[in-house]
Amino acid sequence: MFYREAGQFKTSYAADQAIFPIAQDRWFIAALLAVAYVVVPLTADEYWFQALLIPFLVYSVAAIGLNILTGYCGQLSLGTGGFMAVGAYASYKLMTAFPELNLIVVFLLSGLITAAVGVLFGIPSLRIKGFYLAVATLAAQFFLVWLFNKVPWFYNYSATGQITVPEAALFGITLTGPAASPVAKYLFVLATVTALALFAKNLARSRTGRCWMAIRDMDIAAEIIGIRPLATKLTAFAVSSFYVGIAGALMFAVWLGSAEPTEAFNIDKSFLVLFMIIIGGLGTILGSFFGAAFMVVMPIALKNLMVDALGFSTGVAEHVQIMLMGALIVFFLIVEPHGMARLWQIGKEKLRLWPFPY
Amino acid sequence: MLFFLETTISGLMSGVMYALVALGFVLIYKASGVFNFAQGVMALFAGLTLAGLMERFGLPAWLAILATVAVMTVLAVAIERVVLRPLVGQPHIILFMATIGLAYVLEGAGDLIWGSDVKVLEIGLPQGASDLLLDKYGLYVEKLEAVAAVTAAVLVAALAFFFQKTKVGRALRAVADDHQAALSVGINLNTIWVIVWAVAGVVALVAGIMWGAKSGIQFSLSLIALKALPVLMLGGFESVAGAIVGGIIIGIGEKLAEVYVGPFVGGAIESWFAYVLALIFLLFRPQGLFGERIIERV
Repeated sequence: MFYREAGQFKTSYAADQAIFPIAQDRWFIAALLAVAYVVVPLTADEYWFQALLIPFLVYSVAAIGLNILTGYCGQLSLGTGGFMAVGAYASYKLMTAFPELNLIVVFLLSGLITAAVGVLFGIPSLRIKGFYLAVATLAAQFFLVWLFNKVPWFYNYSATGQITVPEAALFGITLTGPAASPVAKYLFVLATVTALALFAKNLARSRTGRCWMAIRDMDIAAEIIGIRPLATKLTAFAVSSFYVGIAGALMFAVWLGSAEPTEAFNIDKSFLVLFMIIIGGLGTILGSFFGAAFMVVMPIALKNLMVDALGFSTGVAEHVQIMLMGALIVFFLIVEPHGMARLWQIGKEKLRLWPFPY
Repeated sequence: MLFFLETTISGLMSGVMYALVALGFVLIYKASGVFNFAQGVMALFAGLTLAGLMERFGLPAWLAILATVAVMTVLAVAIERVVLRPLVGQPHIILFMATIGLAYVLEGAGDLIWGSDVKVLEIGLPQGASDLLLDKYGLYVEKLEAVAAVTAAVLVAALAFFFQKTKVGRALRAVADDHQAALSVGINLNTIWVIVWAVAGVVALVAGIMWGAKSGIQFSLSLIALKALPVLMLGGFESVAGAIVGGIIIGIGEKLAEVYVGPFVGGAIESWFAYVLALIFLLFRPQGLFGERIIERV
């Protein structure tokens, strides 16, 4: 009933090919954006921004990035943490070396630098496939984290080995450092995420995205019909690393404010983002958001439930959380390999027929 | 020269340790085509169970080992029932991700049941330097590592025999080629999976004992699995011999690089050296040293 599309006729190709061809979807997205841009900044408090909303948005960007590589192009990567570190350190170096640089330019450049590094580590993907490649991307993970730990130039020879974000402003509004207001940070990250998600969605629907999916589904067949495997895989690595790099830069500069490579960008980050896209749904942009939301909210909810409400120790809660995370991965792979995005789709189809199931 | 020799031998021995973990991987991959990311955590879990049984119930070592073998077998049955059976015929990459989930479950469960503090494993394995070599040639070789090397050799011989000469071994190889084809010629997939995961559990236990006796049973044990991955890439996923040779190459290369190259680039290159070595090697031989050639057609 809510989803009945009877009477919605498309009279042009543009309308037929729109991102949201159904009016209900357009209204829903418009309402969601209105809530995100207007209602949330007016109502949420600092804890919500810092513990839930900003991490969710930052991880969404990372999840979209990995989803492009793994979900759309079928190249399993376990190096996400390392690439996030590249983005973070690139933004740090840019911000300290060129304090006058516009923040948007800083983030774009950080993404581009990460893209270059990603392409470098993506080159073996032509010869190495499947598991071998997954293990090869681990080389990127360990090497990059080691590099940022050992070469003092990257952390500007600071005594602690940490990087701390300098204060920077965009259009007169302070966005980074301790002086920035959570609302400003939130709105900046939200705008970035909106733009990046829209770009990713369109890219996935374009020729590039179709090439990725052809390579994912069967690379040799794709090669025979004239898709160049190396170019396609490398664009996937480049775009994916671009997103992951921006996520890393946002995480360091806007969300955390300071970072230390072995803590913030270790291999657990790679797995966390991988879990996000498995649970959210491989090969969908929407799924990246679902997955990120779930993985950000789940630990907090579980901690509140177990430690505060039921009185378990934090250690036990942590172990249970790890177990639950693993169990959920297995559960989703068995029951719904297409993740929460598919559940959402099924829900919409049911709503279309509701209240009469047939 | 003596220092070089000592470095090489110590690398050789840690290579054998890596190979022990890598063996468990190869076993499951060879027999079912599943790339078991949880192998390292299985070693941790087996070690934790063994140490926990001895500590909490005061069991003698041999009884505790038997009990742990039983636990690992039960675990294999559970994994087959809960994780693998519903995923028959799925792409290998899905099965791989399922084992990542499994690794997290086992890690959480092990810590929850036995506690996450470091445990000392005391089951009477020889410790300290070998006196004979030390006195005669001034060479420092750990007895424990020698024992580990011998154990690994025996395990490999037994496994090679099992795969090549027995009926079950042949069935295992058929399953690895194609789940559904193996099912259709009357191989019982479920039994095969239980057998191979149980055997891999026992190999994990051996690896857990060796590593545990060396440096205590703690979380870092599961990270050894990450060290075993480049070993596998180098040796090839389907080859028992490859696991051993790869382990030795990585072990020696890593130690030598750390000692002779490390000081020039800031040290601690052990964390990535193995991966980069394996990555460069794969560019020239994508299936690893002893891996089966991948032939692909549409």
